[in-house]
Amino acid sequence: MNAFRYAQAHDVASALASVAGDPGATYIAGGTNVIDLMKENVERPALLVDITGLPLRGIEPTAHGVRVGALAVMSDVADHPAVARDFPAVAQALLLSASPQLRNMATIGGNLMQRTRCAYFRDASQPCNKRAAGSGCGALGGVNRRHAVIGGSEQCICTHASDLAVALLAVDAVVHVRGRAGERSIPIEHFHVLPGTTPQRETVLERGELITAVELPAAAAARNSYYLKVRDRASYEFALVSVAAALDVSAGGRIRAARVALGGVAPIPWRAHAAEAALVGKPANAQTFAAAAAAATRGMRSYGQNGFKIALTQRAVARALAHAGGAA
Amino acid sequence: MEFGKVTRRRFLWRSALPTIAVVGLDPRLSVAAQAVASISVVRAQGPEPIPVTLNVNGKPHALQLEPRVTLLDALRERLGLTGTKKGCDQGTCGACTVLADGRRVNACLTLAVMAQGKSITTIEGLASGDQLHPLQAAFIEHDGFQCGYCTPGQIMSGVALLSEKRPTDETSVREWMSGNICRCGAYPNIVAAIRATAGRSA
Amino acid sequence: MNPLVGAPVDRVDGRLKVTGAATYSAEVALPNLAYGVMVLSSTASGSVAAIDVAAARRAPGVIDVMTSRNAPRVDAKSKGAGDRTLMVLQDDVVYYDRQPIAVVIADTFEHATDAASLVRARYAKAAAITRFDDAAEYKPGAGGRDPDLRKGDASAALAQAAVKVDHTYVVPVEHHNPMEPHATVAQWDGDRLTVYEATQGVVSARRKLAQVFGLPPTGVRVVAKFIGGGFGGKGTLWSHAVLAAMSAKLVGRPVKIALTRPQMFGSVGFRPRTVQRVALGAAADGRLTSLVHETSAQTSVFDEFMAGTGALSAVLYGTPNLTITHRLRRVNSATPTFMRAPGESCGSFALESAMDELAYAVGVDPIELRLRNDTDVDAQGLPFSSRALRQCLEQGAERFGWSRRDPRPRSMRDGRMLVGMGVAAATYPTHRSPASALVQVRADGSATVRSAGVDIGTGAYTVFTQVAAEALGLPVARVRMELGDSAFPNAPNAGGSTLTASAGSAIKLAALDARAKLLALAGNDPAALAGGADAIAALLRRAGLATLEGHSDAKPGDEQQKYAMHSFGAQFAEVRVDPDLGTVRVARFVNAFGAGRILNEKTAKSQFLGGAVWGIGMALLEDTRYDERTGRIMNANLAEYLVPVNADVPAVESIIVPEDDPHVNEIGVKGIGEIGIVGAAAAIANAVYHATGTRVRELPITPEKLLG
Repeated sequence: MNAFRYAQAHDVASALASVAGDPGATYIAGGTNVIDLMKENVERPALLVDITGLPLRGIEPTAHGVRVGALAVMSDVADHPAVARDFPAVAQALLLSASPQLRNMATIGGNLMQRTRCAYFRDASQPCNKRAAGSGCGALGGVNRRHAVIGGSEQCICTHASDLAVALLAVDAVVHVRGRAGERSIPIEHFHVLPGTTPQRETVLERGELITAVELPAAAAARNSYYLKVRDRASYEFALVSVAAALDVSAGGRIRAARVALGGVAPIPWRAHAAEAALVGKPANAQTFAAAAAAATRGMRSYGQNGFKIALTQRAVARALAHAGGAA
Repeated sequence: MEFGKVTRRRFLWRSALPTIAVVGLDPRLSVAAQAVASISVVRAQGPEPIPVTLNVNGKPHALQLEPRVTLLDALRERLGLTGTKKGCDQGTCGACTVLADGRRVNACLTLAVMAQGKSITTIEGLASGDQLHPLQAAFIEHDGFQCGYCTPGQIMSGVALLSEKRPTDETSVREWMSGNICRCGAYPNIVAAIRATAGRSA
Repeated sequence: MNPLVGAPVDRVDGRLKVTGAATYSAEVALPNLAYGVMVLSSTASGSVAAIDVAAARRAPGVIDVMTSRNAPRVDAKSKGAGDRTLMVLQDDVVYYDRQPIAVVIADTFEHATDAASLVRARYAKAAAITRFDDAAEYKPGAGGRDPDLRKGDASAALAQAAVKVDHTYVVPVEHHNPMEPHATVAQWDGDRLTVYEATQGVVSARRKLAQVFGLPPTGVRVVAKFIGGGFGGKGTLWSHAVLAAMSAKLVGRPVKIALTRPQMFGSVGFRPRTVQRVALGAAADGRLTSLVHETSAQTSVFDEFMAGTGALSAVLYGTPNLTITHRLRRVNSATPTFMRAPGESCGSFALESAMDELAYAVGVDPIELRLRNDTDVDAQGLPFSSRALRQCLEQGAERFGWSRRDPRPRSMRDGRMLVGMGVAAATYPTHRSPASALVQVRADGSATVRSAGVDIGTGAYTVFTQVAAEALGLPVARVRMELGDSAFPNAPNAGGSTLTASAGSAIKLAALDARAKLLALAGNDPAALAGGADAIAALLRRAGLATLEGHSDAKPGDEQQKYAMHSFGAQFAEVRVDPDLGTVRVARFVNAFGAGRILNEKTAKSQFLGGAVWGIGMALLEDTRYDERTGRIMNANLAEYLVPVNADVPAVESIIVPEDDPHVNEIGVKGIGEIGIVGAAAAIANAVYHATGTRVRELPITPEKLLG
């Protein structure tokens, strides 16, 4: 790990000012991602601004849902009764993430900002356009069992590692951020950006902008949401494929609203719009779910070792929809 | 109710709120005033060693540490508390598990400087004198270890699990202990030790 | 019989381990200790054309940077049995990715680690063989051992067999990943070297260090009081240990080198990739007429490592025609090494999968098929000193509930999940090496026992205490066992299930020697010793002795020439397979082992349990993944190199089939550390076939292989 200066921020504005104006500065909260990457020399910040003292830890039920402070740790959010009740996919995704220890440390804001587990990104001796622009993508033609089958580019086929973000997509969460220019709110679907030709850019945040809260809007579909994580071992592993499904089904069994989001398949948490379109207005049954599952994989391609994710995604979507629809 | 549209409407409505209501800042200051007032507020220290006080097992320890020193290395290399183990130094094995204000965390991904003000409990602080913590005794009785290297982390994690009031059926304990890898494969014995201890204290 | 031996005594080192007081090699506190961090290559073949250490040297706290330019000259070439060629900066040649190319030595861990990241190497790259399939196969001749065994004419018999199965099975590279990373603390006192080393054998480590540094064995002391798991990976001395001692010499201070987890995928060995062809020919009733077991395994371009992968095919079943061959392929990788049941674990996956396939081909129950092929002699005609395979299969089947199994593939379900039940037989040879021991009885009625053997988590401290206490007539609490110091009486490595048979026998003989001397003091009146510790204390006081010593030098006799000596077992797995997602979870596991005398039922069952857990990892998870373009391992951490976590492991029941084998050694033990893994992966793979109807012949069995 490189030597760095350390500062504690006591208010949001000073935190923003110190990071926005200093290209060598970065925030630290739970530290589970940035410390890990600093040990690999992937991140070498000159200044770490500790934001754990900021008053952004609360988890508050509101008239319209639940507002989760960016510094709330994963375990507290998962354990919150309103989250578990109204946004089961969110609680499930959190509890299927990492380990109890890491969930006690890692924050919601940090979770959204976490960087890919791509082995080429994490290994400073290897080519990676995200880490070293223009050096190439080692995963193309390399060890890519865990890599993206959709949304990648010639420059980058990494996957986003967050379970939470996938569940947030399915409940239409909104990310509140604060920059020097002020506050803005970003629907989670527009928060992460595809690698394209600039894989080093991962979110729409400007330098220094800080996530302050994530808002979970209450909705019938969110209450009927389900998170399915498929992995090799039974726990403590990143997803091979994950699915967050949310369904609002009428008393007559017709689907009024649907969200399908995928993890482990793309450089960003992936919203499967085609699958959603195949669901809305249809009866909530196995046939509909199968059609939606097939639609979810449209546009997916193999890069060598990861082609199995296409079939796996299809089956996982069908399974997750069955759960969300109460049929599993 | 139409799912997407409602949300979008609320998102616009929400963003129109005054900033203070959203981020919980000091309501006496405007955003601009806060930005201006704050420019030189954060005081950076390091990279050379800075004073760090760690409260470990009820005792304060005043140290001079570079900010990059992890809690794990501070315990092992500075304080001689080598019971907390370094298995991966990457948050992937749990051997370094300690309690921070009673909650289990990975010491390898915690900067010592950020552990200040917290009450840190390590394996060395678990027994009272010669009297082992019941879970320590249960690990011996159930042979919950072989080489012993992951054991302090397992026990600290198990102690936390018990205080978290998680369900203690076998499946739950397995899942809630999955952040601690045991390569010798003592898992079922670890589960037995935890369940026996839970049964005793219940 | 005294009840001490065999009793499920709690580990005598348990208290140290649960309180954090057991100290491992990296935790030895020495004044003025410096920290060494290795810089590893990022190319698999060629040479270091230039290495820029200027920035590292300028970095705060750096004491020195050791490269081939300034490294002390040592003998890195000589090799004894079990030794690996060391890569210790004597030249600039690079043979594999993550080979040590420099060591940065600094005053703190942080300074050394940071400075190591500033070292820049430029390589003159040479062509590398990074794909196993690209490497030419050759017949190894190391050690004068014939890697082949032939009896009858296996290929002719196969051609004529009524029933045949003939398939290829693959086990990928796996890494040991003990929870304690390798670590060395080295200290020089003039020409005397002391090394605190995470090793499975302090005596073999001392021999190697003495050879490397041109010292007499008495000039080197190696200490390993506790080691955090070995599994074979710490069974030979690796480059970093020598680099630590060289660094200490260079800077004139004690130096610690502790490997990072990614470095654990570098120069410290692994299970080699094996590709095995197993062909079985049988009569219509399933009796084997031919067995062909051909192994092709990975080794490095500079060392030859060969495990006896096919060896168990000469032991498990009788057949008139048998061919076992071993071939190697040289790859630009580090040298493979022993890993829990090296050979047998992989060989069993192939042979016992093939037996399962034969059972289906013949239409006979897999247990019945194995019983029909049971044998009283090994392939060379030697009788078994004892053999409990039949009892293990029968008792295990009973406990497991084998009779509930519907043999048809994909016929059993639990809700949505497919249920599969599988069995595999297991065997592992009984080894023994020379060993000595010292027992010192004191006038307070206590005793101290010393052996250089290392307790790697097997329970050696405990079972040796039991053996000594029983022979001395003392309670366990009055016997103190001291292990893991090369200054203590000779013992072999804790590896190959050898240590307990060897050092345990020596300890028993040394204790009996002390007992005989006590008896002589008592005028050969056994009644005078009946009072245990108090009687012994009184006896020594009367004789005016502060201490009394018993010694032994024990070694194997000619039993290896007379008998085939092996442990046997049967392992049963029940799996749940998600038919849509391809995920496999082991739901139940039952072991039955006949492994000689069990010294401690509790620690023995833990060994068997550990073997089953390793089998789960091998069957379902473990897979070191190389980028074949570069030869670099791309999952060098515990998040992507997957070993089982708690949630992967069900209840594991182990039945011990009692055996009283008078032939193996003085204490009747056969060794139990390895056999637990031997049949485990095959049992799981066979259960997966039973659940799904899909036969997976390449491990690990991951979802993509079952998606169909």
